Amino acid sequence: MTDTTDATVPAGRAGDQPLCELRNIRISFGGLHAVDDVSVNLYPGEVVALVGGNGAGKSTLMHALAGAHPADSGEIWINGQPVTIHNPRDARTHGVEVIYQKLALADNIDAAGNVFLGRELRTKTGSLDDEAMASATQKVLARLNPRFKNLKTAVKSLSGGQRQSVAIARAVHFNARILIMDEPTAALGPAETAQVRELITQLKAEGIGIFLISHDIHDVFDLADRISVMAQGQLVGTVDKNAVTKDEVLAMIILGKRPEETTPDDIAELTS
Amino acid sequence: MAVDVVAADDTDDQEIAADAGQEQGRGNLVSSIQSVLHRYPALSPALVLLAAYVVFTFLGDGRFARLDTTGRMLQQTAVVGVLAIGQTIIVLTAGIDLSIGVIAIFSHLFMARLAMNNGWPSILALLAGFVAATLFGTLNGALVSKVKLPPFIVTLGTLNIFVALGLIYSQAREISGDDLRGSGNGLLVWTGKTISFGSLRITTGVLMVVVLYAVFAYVLSNTAWGRHIYAVGDDADAAALAGIDVNRVKLSAYAVAGLIYGIGGWILLGRADTASTNNAGGANLDTITAVVIGGTSLFGGRGLIWGTLLGALIVTVYNTGLSLAGVNQDYRTLAIGILVIVAVAIDQWIRKARK
Repeated sequence: MTDTTDATVPAGRAGDQPLCELRNIRISFGGLHAVDDVSVNLYPGEVVALVGGNGAGKSTLMHALAGAHPADSGEIWINGQPVTIHNPRDARTHGVEVIYQKLALADNIDAAGNVFLGRELRTKTGSLDDEAMASATQKVLARLNPRFKNLKTAVKSLSGGQRQSVAIARAVHFNARILIMDEPTAALGPAETAQVRELITQLKAEGIGIFLISHDIHDVFDLADRISVMAQGQLVGTVDKNAVTKDEVLAMIILGKRPEETTPDDIAELTS
Repeated sequence: MAVDVVAADDTDDQEIAADAGQEQGRGNLVSSIQSVLHRYPALSPALVLLAAYVVFTFLGDGRFARLDTTGRMLQQTAVVGVLAIGQTIIVLTAGIDLSIGVIAIFSHLFMARLAMNNGWPSILALLAGFVAATLFGTLNGALVSKVKLPPFIVTLGTLNIFVALGLIYSQAREISGDDLRGSGNGLLVWTGKTISFGSLRITTGVLMVVVLYAVFAYVLSNTAWGRHIYAVGDDADAAALAGIDVNRVKLSAYAVAGLIYGIGGWILLGRADTASTNNAGGANLDTITAVVIGGTSLFGGRGLIWGTLLGALIVTVYNTGLSLAGVNQDYRTLAIGILVIVAVAIDQWIRKARK
């Protein structure tokens, strides 16, 4: 199945070097193959959506790239080089940043503290450089969410959208080259969702590659260039967004069949 | 559209304030008190201490307000005060340490015996006491972070182990301050040396405690290590995903706490003016009392080291004030018990503050 991935790379890209490749990744929990021999890749300035039902393995696959849960086997290549990623720190040194669905913020710490958590700026004497961190945070937040003012309050008291801004600011500030976004708009209202979509477009233009995990088929079709569909830990296939319909992608998610395997009856059954 | 929604969000407070009737106005006052207390965790213990001081000053026969009483209270608070620094660091990581007192006891016995019975120079005996306490703390930390046992269970176990080690090692024999001074080991009881400012008499140990608080207040709020202590206690998973080595932070917290207990052992030796397994018996629970009254959350991630110092002082002020007012020991203990429960209830209430 994995050999079809290359066939669906957008034309003109096939010769380029992928920014990131996951090759034959396997992750098991006990006897369960959460991710079973999955290969996906990502080119600069591209959004690849990972879709699939609950438990399809898309988040687990991304955890391997993020270092949150290392793969049991398989290879990760970044810029044409094989890399080892054992923990989140390794991932960051390779320019991989993650925006987790649950945002992974320390609730009692303020925005700047969270943006720089684990990578604090220090003065010459080794103490925290709170001023530098606050001004850098202000700068990056101004770009994401111009109305963000509560730099000094614990992020616990911020709204969902503001917390999201902090999580994104953390990824953006450190010049991510590969960004993993896990359901980035799930907790947001319409206005904030629009901001996140705008941001994704902006990041693409800067040449950042984005893996987008999403349940929202409209988000996926609006934002992604390619769509990788997973079901029960396996890759059903990767398709070019412009070459498929939403129904065909739904058929991939629900029936686990690639578009060329899908019959008109299948589609009829899905849409009835 | 984006503008509308966000702007509405921002003006919420003003709107409520403007529309509020009397009823809502009162609600706002309560919730703003709640939010101020949430933002400054050391504020409520500071107010309690101030109130207690004022009440006892006017309640009694004038003895409470005298400077010599203040000096005595500071001396009484020194040992629990220094040990509670370590407890605060551990509680901030969402842990707990029940073995505090016995680590301090072991280290002060170790210092005194190495100097008296083994003829070690006092400076080396002192350092050996610090090292032993640090190793005990590190053992706790390793069991918590590497073996992944709950801190309560780990330190309950090591509490008994360290008590036994202290008794076995010392054969329950005491070494008096006079013996130490007589043998040229005055350094070991130097922390009990009196310093007088008029009728205010404190000890070098008291000054050391204040310096240690200043040092750890700085470390916790101005270093990456301090920030990681808070982050780990706040949300260990989030901290790990942010690239913090959670196990190493926890291990280091217990090890640093161990060193503080070692220094506490030295201050204990000066304060008690004797090395004995009977010293500092209640220190374990007293440090937790100080931490809790000081506004540090037992759930981790929130609190200030200065609050702990205030908490330790509050307990002493209550004890002394009630005692001078003629309240007997049993009722004083009762009062402290109520104070702890009220402090935790207030902490829970403050935690609910959203804005």
